[in-house]
Amino acid sequence: MSPPVPSKILTDDVSLLMVLIDTNPHFWSSIKPHFSFSKFLSHVLAFLNSILLLNQLNQVVVLATGINSCGYVFDSSSGSVSQRAESLLPKLEEFAENDESLSERDDDSGNGVGSSLLSGSLSMALCYIQRVFRSGPLHPQPRILCLHGSPDGPGQYVAIMNSIFSAQRSMVPIDSCVIGIQHSAFLQQASYITGGVYLKPQQLDGLFQYLATVFATDLHSRNFLRLPKPVGVDFRASCFCHKNTIDMGFICSVCLSIFCKHQKKCSTCGSTFGQAKTLDPSASQQR
Amino acid sequence: MADKQQQVVVKRARHKSSVKDPGTPGVLKLTKDRFTFMPNDPSSPVKHNVEFRTIKGHKFTKDGTKQALLNLTQDQGGNYIFEFENFPDRNVCKDFVASAIALSGEAGRTVPEKSAVPIQDEQLSAAEMERRIKLLQEDSDLQKLHKQFVIGGILSEAEFWATRKKLLEQNYSRRPKQRVALKNDMWSTKPLADGQIFAEKPAVRQAYLNFVPNKMTEKEFWTKYSRAEYLHSTKNVIAAAAEAAEDEELAVFLKQDDMLVNEARKKIRQVDPTLDMEADEGDDYMHLPIQDHGLPRNDNKDVLDSQYEPYRRSFSQHLNQHAAVVLQGRVIDVELGDTRSVAEALARTKHAELAKDASDVYLDKERLERISRMTEIEDLQAPRDPAVAPLSIKDPRDYFDSQQANAFSTLGDTVSGAKQLKCSVSTREAYCSLKECISEIKFQGLTEPTINSEVAFKVLNGLAQNISSNKYHLGRNPNESVLDSLPKITREELLLHWSSIQELLKHFWSSYPITTKYLLTKATKLKDAMSQIYPKLQEIKESVQSDLRHQVSLLVQPMLQALDAAFAHYDADVQNRSARSGERPNGF
Repeated sequence: MSPPVPSKILTDDVSLLMVLIDTNPHFWSSIKPHFSFSKFLSHVLAFLNSILLLNQLNQVVVLATGINSCGYVFDSSSGSVSQRAESLLPKLEEFAENDESLSERDDDSGNGVGSSLLSGSLSMALCYIQRVFRSGPLHPQPRILCLHGSPDGPGQYVAIMNSIFSAQRSMVPIDSCVIGIQHSAFLQQASYITGGVYLKPQQLDGLFQYLATVFATDLHSRNFLRLPKPVGVDFRASCFCHKNTIDMGFICSVCLSIFCKHQKKCSTCGSTFGQAKTLDPSASQQR
Repeated sequence: MADKQQQVVVKRARHKSSVKDPGTPGVLKLTKDRFTFMPNDPSSPVKHNVEFRTIKGHKFTKDGTKQALLNLTQDQGGNYIFEFENFPDRNVCKDFVASAIALSGEAGRTVPEKSAVPIQDEQLSAAEMERRIKLLQEDSDLQKLHKQFVIGGILSEAEFWATRKKLLEQNYSRRPKQRVALKNDMWSTKPLADGQIFAEKPAVRQAYLNFVPNKMTEKEFWTKYSRAEYLHSTKNVIAAAAEAAEDEELAVFLKQDDMLVNEARKKIRQVDPTLDMEADEGDDYMHLPIQDHGLPRNDNKDVLDSQYEPYRRSFSQHLNQHAAVVLQGRVIDVELGDTRSVAEALARTKHAELAKDASDVYLDKERLERISRMTEIEDLQAPRDPAVAPLSIKDPRDYFDSQQANAFSTLGDTVSGAKQLKCSVSTREAYCSLKECISEIKFQGLTEPTINSEVAFKVLNGLAQNISSNKYHLGRNPNESVLDSLPKITREELLLHWSSIQELLKHFWSSYPITTKYLLTKATKLKDAMSQIYPKLQEIKESVQSDLRHQVSLLVQPMLQALDAAFAHYDADVQNRSARSGERPNGF
């Protein structure tokens, strides 16, 4: 398909939607009795089709978030119209193969559901969006939709926060639809900071309805539509030293890195900390 | 008011039982704490000897009326009416009575307070004591705190007042009393005897003084004035100019008020030039669609000849001047009946002001000095601080919403956090099933229909309810506060505990590090007081209704945390102390 002719005027509801699909196999097998990956895919594919039907100039890009890698699985602006649905599934399969091959052989014991590489796919999505920004003055309005279910990996805290801030600066909202069992603190923060919508659907077999009602809205319409707001945001951070989730810790006043224990020197910026007055934790703890 | 404080006032007066009663003539003697009335006729039963303590108020007739009466009212409803021979007499007595009542009132109230105040170690002047007592009387919350802690023996007087020095000083300087403003009668056409028109429009006043009674009678003057007002109300500038050309007295009313302009100029000059009045978008009056403070500007800016300019009157100017006069209140205190004397009195006061300003050369000099100080030489200045990023003010409702979740996580586990996902499948199997799912779709295609209609309906309902219920959540209505939604008793208790905890913690933390025995005992006493409040807070949390429980916990939680921190610190300190001293009492 040829790129849009510059003489075409892009109306203000044209959007570029980056969908990040969580393909963590451990997560999907653990959730199997309630919701299967195939049902999930059918809802998502129907949703993608409806997005493309809303406006001729809408674009959709799908990224898969695995546990060892992330990759582009579908791009609506490349290839001809008829090839769309057909190209997504084989690419997804390919991706799953690749991801499997990257995992270590001896990790056969199931010890809980690990986290998927959300930071990686967020970064890739943001890079694609930057490229679109630089393609010229006429471009659709980008936004990111994360369909995520795996638990948060505290080790990715720094990378995810950096992507969130970069999205905030480029004014790209990050919407989150959490299909897992527990809330995701990272995605709550992401949606809160970038001005996106965070939703944890109560009924997963109505996922398409959720997607179509809430997440299909373009950025222009969001100014006058009332979308669900979360009750609150979990702002807990992870410490930089052990990557544990903490809500009370020490902060370097130079670079704002977070530590769970008193340290002599900041590992990020190298500044030395002063002596703590007493060993009493209530006296020297700061938020 | 008398210039020197008189101890005794003796005046001839008649005592009346009611206003109509002719009264018994006699002599009224006023001293600081009582008044006595002795009738001229010794056989008359009308003798009075009353202490001012029992007198609660006094009333009097206006000067210039038929009788000069003074009515002293008692608490139980009794009153004493005295008629004087003339008004000056009555006024002297009136002022004396007023001060006597005030004095006795204070004395009456301070007597019970003095017994409540414990003996102090420090030397206090009487003025200081009075100030404190006055503060306690005025602020009931402060009084409660004082009673709780000082009389309860937890804090000493000195400590209690040490942190409130500012309050004491502030109270000392008397605040100027509010003065009665003029009635806000912008549109009454009747010339008011209190001279409001003269106060607002100095040109009219000047004209009155000049024309009446030389050129025209008072009635003619007001007729012309009303005509002028009528012309202004029609907003017909040209007609106004025409009539003004014919009648020169009318012209005075129609033209712009030069005296006003001069006054305004003077006022502007008095504004401190060092005031930083930065203009921002809100000051842009030129480009607002609605100008003149909400009044639509008539856009018929017909280019009138300059001869018509003086006859224009702006509504906003009129409004401003009116407001200024109303707020200034009564410039002249005396009640005068005659219009002419009102005008003269006003003119006199204005002249006095002018004279005062003209002679204030010193003020001018000081102002110039200040200006020169403020206009600094720019290139001699130190480099400015690095520019700070502007504040991004967020919608406060977001904050309330977000804090709720924090509360959820601190108060209890997140609802679904307890359930941990268990994956008992090996990696390879997991990937296999994933790939199977993908191929399943490849061959079967998308499910038809994608979604069950009932499910879709349920989802839509749920979403709609969720969105609309968020409207009624906390923090949405800026006027409503959590405290108001609590039952009154709980609210009062919470506020009381909050203020007591603040006070205790302030003193507790200030006594660390403990260097003397005095501080140690103080800290111990405070800690005991705090540990008494602690269970009360717990009780409140548990006793409240279930739908309010969450909000109450949100309020109580930080208090408990603060107390916990204080206790932990105290215990750690005690341990350190005992470890350092090496003494180990039996059993530890």
